[in-house]
Amino acid sequence: MATTTTELPSTLSKDEILRYSRHLIMPEVGMEGQQKLKAARVLCIGTGGLGSPLALYLAAAGVGTLGLVDFDVVDYTNLQRQIIHSTADVGRKKLDSAADKLTAINPFLNVQKFDTRLSSENALEIFRDFDIIADGTDNFPTRYLVNDACVLTGKPNVYGSIFRFEGQASVFATKDGPCYRCLYPEPPPPGLVPSCAEGGVLGILPGLVGVMQATEVIKLILGAGEPLIGRLLLIDALGMKFRELKLRKNPDCPVCGTHPTVTKLIDYNQFCGIRGEEKPVASGVPEIQVEDLKRRLDAKDDLFVLDVREPHEYQICNLGGYLIPLNDLPKRVSELDSSREIVVHCKMGGRSAKAVAFLQQAGFKKVHNLTGGINAWAERVDPKVPKY
Amino acid sequence: MSKIHIPTPLRQYVGKQSTIDVNAGTVGEAMTALVAQHPDLRRHLYTEEGKLRAFVNLYLNDEDIRYLQKEATTVKEGDNISIVPSIAGGTLDASAEFLSSQA
Repeated sequence: MATTTTELPSTLSKDEILRYSRHLIMPEVGMEGQQKLKAARVLCIGTGGLGSPLALYLAAAGVGTLGLVDFDVVDYTNLQRQIIHSTADVGRKKLDSAADKLTAINPFLNVQKFDTRLSSENALEIFRDFDIIADGTDNFPTRYLVNDACVLTGKPNVYGSIFRFEGQASVFATKDGPCYRCLYPEPPPPGLVPSCAEGGVLGILPGLVGVMQATEVIKLILGAGEPLIGRLLLIDALGMKFRELKLRKNPDCPVCGTHPTVTKLIDYNQFCGIRGEEKPVASGVPEIQVEDLKRRLDAKDDLFVLDVREPHEYQICNLGGYLIPLNDLPKRVSELDSSREIVVHCKMGGRSAKAVAFLQQAGFKKVHNLTGGINAWAERVDPKVPKY
Repeated sequence: MSKIHIPTPLRQYVGKQSTIDVNAGTVGEAMTALVAQHPDLRRHLYTEEGKLRAFVNLYLNDEDIRYLQKEATTVKEGDNISIVPSIAGGTLDASAEFLSSQA
């Protein structure tokens, strides 16, 4: 597995020997192991929540070359968990911010930046130069893309994923082990996994899972310990419980099975049912802009404002609207008066559009969706309202 | 009694519980009991035709039931059934919010 075909560089310099002394004095690493780390080429996809701790520890450990793939810019809300970026980096490209911190920790590190969105057009070529791929992405299309590209290029996929306070970790796409599609042949259709209304993530969680990924990368490079091949580690941070499930290679897997049908990369957005750059508006739903709502409220028009967010969101900020969380709306629709004009809002306009569609079907004729939600209100009407 | 482990994204449909106890002889019976007690769960786990959704896996203890006897797999006292859906990450952007709101 991993890097054994690469030529090992000649001896480590005196500085490197001192730097890595705590590795060198362990038989599990030693000079030979440290040289393997130096010869290794690891690609980190994403320098966000998972990518941050992953890349930081690989740099510290002495991995010789780290490829970083990220097209994004550091956002203020990233700082709660993406510890490779600091407040001064807000607005900078994540690649630059990450590379600076990594080389500051370890000047011996060779960083290769890929300022691009990973796609079917570039993945195979990018992967070819690396030995191990660490997937730190946050969406289903990329997960399937990375998996398929790993199987097609024969590179192990060190997988980690998180949701709120739970995580998963495994190593996919090794020769005899399962791939991601052996576990999940198909992605969930968008919207069916109820992640939206409850979104968010415990800041420390990607730290926990990202370092597990780094651990697995290092084990693969060294050929030490028992990697998570054929094992799915389930992490429950709130209970601090770890469970393990067995994963098997599926002989009928379309990508890594005995008769694969996927022999090249496909359109993963289509595979996941995502239709490209969609405006966050359900077609046919009547809209009202935040400026108009403000104007009409100031004029004391008889408007009923319905807020379909969750109670904990209402506590962050609200427009004084009547709160019925979206999932409860069918049960509580009798609380609404269909003779009144109703403006429905949520955080960004997506959930409220769905609520408006539902109310229309239930016979409400005077309902509008607040385009852009309370976020748009905070941006354009009242900057004192916090965005979240 | 055996325990069914409910993954985070689905806990809102079972009154926020992380495990549910059921009495059942097979995995299929346990799942039937579960969705009978918590009908809101049904559409997230099963298609209209009653098939388990492809992005959800069921485990009896640490084994994927697809490699055992699927829903006919026998369940013993003290066994753990895990529902393991695919998860992709924790960050959301506007398009993700919109998409997630379309069920």
